[in-house]
Amino acid sequence: MTRDGTELPRPVVALAGNPNTGKSTLFNALTGLKQHTGNWPGKTVACARGWYRYNGQTVTLVDLPGTYSLLSDSPEERITRDFLCFGRPDATVVVVDATCLERNLNLIFQIMEVNTRVVACLNLMDEARRRGIRIDVPALARELGVPVVPAAARRGEGLTLLKETLHRVIEGRIHPAPRPVSYDPELEAAVAELAADLAVLSREGLNPRWVALCLIAGDESIIPKIRTFCNGKETQGDTHVRNRVTP
Amino acid sequence: MTLFGLHELPVGCTGEVVAVRATGPTRRRLLDLGLVPGTRVKAVRKSAAGDPVAFRIRGALVALRREEGSTVLVRPISMPGGDR
Ligand SMILES: Nc1nc2c(ncn2[C@@H]2O[C@H](COP(=O)(O)OP(=O)(O)OP(=O)(O)O)[C@@H](O)[C@H]2O)c(=O)[nH]1
Ligand SMILES: [Mg+2]
Repeated sequence: MTRDGTELPRPVVALAGNPNTGKSTLFNALTGLKQHTGNWPGKTVACARGWYRYNGQTVTLVDLPGTYSLLSDSPEERITRDFLCFGRPDATVVVVDATCLERNLNLIFQIMEVNTRVVACLNLMDEARRRGIRIDVPALARELGVPVVPAAARRGEGLTLLKETLHRVIEGRIHPAPRPVSYDPELEAAVAELAADLAVLSREGLNPRWVALCLIAGDESIIPKIRTFCNGKETQGDTHVRNRVTP
Repeated sequence: MTLFGLHELPVGCTGEVVAVRATGPTRRRLLDLGLVPGTRVKAVRKSAAGDPVAFRIRGALVALRREEGSTVLVRPISMPGGDR
């Protein structure tokens, strides 16, 4: 499971977001497949894969279950979190509900702590317009540090711009620079110290700062996952991680 | 100042979160729902048994069980019909 993403044809784009934000609708619109959609949360419980072609490139798309967080431990969250952390996606689309933006920001910031190549897709723009909600898209993109693409997946609005933006991110022509969440100085000092010790993990495609944050939050479940991720071998990174948490 | 558990908030009333007393995964879940100090929460609907209760939190409707919601302390700020 954790190695799924590494075995898919590249580039791989992950679709993540809160429940019921239109991820499967977007997945279907992009791939022409018929992943189940509906208007109650929690339908997508495993990841569906499909692909689309854009600008001569075939892009593998992975539709992840909706979650409010990457840090609690429900089965949906585990699938999504493991894919984002260990699936090595080439880009991640966070699908956001434009009618309920504030509520979605928590997950965007959590995902931006794991992966840097993030694009926010501001979906349900038709519904937001209908309710008179106006969103300053360039300002949002500036605040987040990542591209923001407005869309209405059910009507096919915004798909071309999303594919073009992803293309540029994948090709390295756009470099999203997620705004980091900064914690209080005491915590930041501990994170910096631990992350420096874990720097070797970045060679494996893991984000040392994020692993450090997980460990400090007391999430030891990440240790065996890192071991599996590093090919089941006792790697330098694995030993490093364990030495830091085993008293 | 009188503080209430979220489940004491009458339907139609809004409260402002002052503290979240839960620990561990429940605390994490409540924080992830946006229940941090300063957040305004409105009690929208009670189920027949009075548990769970549906709350409006940052634009979303969320059902919380008493054992979770009662760990969230709020200061009541408006009477029925107040802000959304
Ligand atoms: N108005 C409007 N409705 C949309 C749009 N995109 C999706 N929907 C609707 O929103 C509901 C949820 O869509 P899904 O695609 O199932 O959402 P999801 O994010 O995959 O949900 P989970 O898998 O449960 O997390 C469906 O009723 C869709 O038809 C959109 O752009 N505009
Ligand atoms: Mg879905």
